[in-house]
Amino acid sequence: MWTRSLFSPKTEIARPVFISLSLASVAVVLCLWCLLTYGGITPKDFLAAPHEVILAGVKRVANMSLLEHMWASLVVILSGFILASIFAVPLGILMGSFRAVQAIIEPITGFMRYIPVSALIPLLILWIGIGIEQKIMVIFLGTFFQQLILISDVSARVSKDLIDCAYTLGADRRKVVTRVLVPACMPGVMDNLRVTMGWAWTYLVVAELVAADTGLGYMILNAMRGLFTDVILLGVFTIGILGLITDFFFKWARRRLLPWSADF
Amino acid sequence: MSMLSLSDVTVRFEPKDKPAVLALDDVSLKVANNTFSVIVGPSGCGKSTLLRLVAGLEVQTSGHMELDGEPIGGPSADRGMVFQSYTLFPWLTVRENIMFGPKLKNLPKSECEDIADDLIQAVHLNGFENSYPKELSGGMRQRVALARALANDPRILLMDEPFGALDSQTRQAMQELLLDVWQSRRKTVLFITHDIDEAIFLGDEVHVMSARPGRIQKSLDINIPRPRGIEVLTSPEFTDYKKTILSLMHKQVVGSQQPEAPKRATA
Repeated sequence: MWTRSLFSPKTEIARPVFISLSLASVAVVLCLWCLLTYGGITPKDFLAAPHEVILAGVKRVANMSLLEHMWASLVVILSGFILASIFAVPLGILMGSFRAVQAIIEPITGFMRYIPVSALIPLLILWIGIGIEQKIMVIFLGTFFQQLILISDVSARVSKDLIDCAYTLGADRRKVVTRVLVPACMPGVMDNLRVTMGWAWTYLVVAELVAADTGLGYMILNAMRGLFTDVILLGVFTIGILGLITDFFFKWARRRLLPWSADF
Repeated sequence: MSMLSLSDVTVRFEPKDKPAVLALDDVSLKVANNTFSVIVGPSGCGKSTLLRLVAGLEVQTSGHMELDGEPIGGPSADRGMVFQSYTLFPWLTVRENIMFGPKLKNLPKSECEDIADDLIQAVHLNGFENSYPKELSGGMRQRVALARALANDPRILLMDEPFGALDSQTRQAMQELLLDVWQSRRKTVLFITHDIDEAIFLGDEVHVMSARPGRIQKSLDINIPRPRGIEVLTSPEFTDYKKTILSLMHKQVVGSQQPEAPKRATA
């Protein structure tokens, strides 16, 4: 009975069944949207209809303004994210495996991780203004401390036997770090970079809602002033699609760069 | 001349908030050159601690350890170790795992490759040179681990229940393979197990350890001619050795289950 597998936990289902279920769930949301708008259930300036969003998109692709906003947002998010990763990956690996580094960094990260980055925006504006540097800083602060904690956890979980084994094979402490600890952390690092990239998109909109004149967050906020729900939805979908693309990129990179690690 | 020598080695762990544990109490042991020496004991008797001590991964509280007359310090490539858990480096292929030690010594690449190819042959892993550990079965992983430890040509090979996680058929096959490799390369081996059959089948000598505090209770020479095949397991002399060791271990297990009992005399 093929229906049995649908209701048994942790059981594989046929690929066509999987795909149909996924398509059905998207279709239900789309139908609901059509019903609400074309059915006249919601007022026009409350929720734009699907074709209006598509038209808004076509128009803004044609006059390049959507691409400009996308570009502005991508520059901010990638700069902030890459900058945060460059510092968080090595520091996190050391923090998880060296008690001294942990002792130094933990009080700061433990405190910072609970501060919503939006609470720091007024200070950042005072200190570095409202330019792109401020927005990059928002992304940096939002992701750096989270990455640090997640990666330090990855590093702390590297099996002690693996380290001991390297010692008995003649490795010194430096080689144990470079040849064993660091490669052993890589799959976990990749997974957590992927997760924090998702969070970075959230901070991006926060950064652009305040004091911006370009970017997808700005586009959304600006559209709200004129009740252009089609443009708001266009912005939301664009962010969603860009998020999906970065997620696919990380999955692809992990499979490509770490073919040895267990599948996930 | 005896090669590995431990005299009056004591290890006492003093964890915070917990009573101190005397893991090893005055252990003295000599393992002669090229001897296959097995330590058998119940779990928790400190036999792994003893092995980690020789590997340089733990430090004794008191006592003295020597290898070829030199005191044993921290870990080094001349004391190779095979662990019970799977410790292959997952990011390296079989071949690269085996070359890990030789590469650290900065041997020329061609020499590292020769060493690896030779050992891959010895542990019957031809065709898997470029596989990653995740693609190998448990038995194959431990064969790579053995090859990797031997690649450094260590003076002594330490094995910490290396076949403990394998099913019994695989374990038997691994034991035979280990004896093959050992016979052709003649290494000094110190092997830890809680499996009495495994101890007798492999060892030139078997040291029976008592449970806490860990002591060497008795040492037996196993006079079963080599090469040993599977038929040895049912021979009368094998059964005799097994009876002796079983009775030694049985006494301890029963004894250790009565923690409240007054201080008992140890043999």
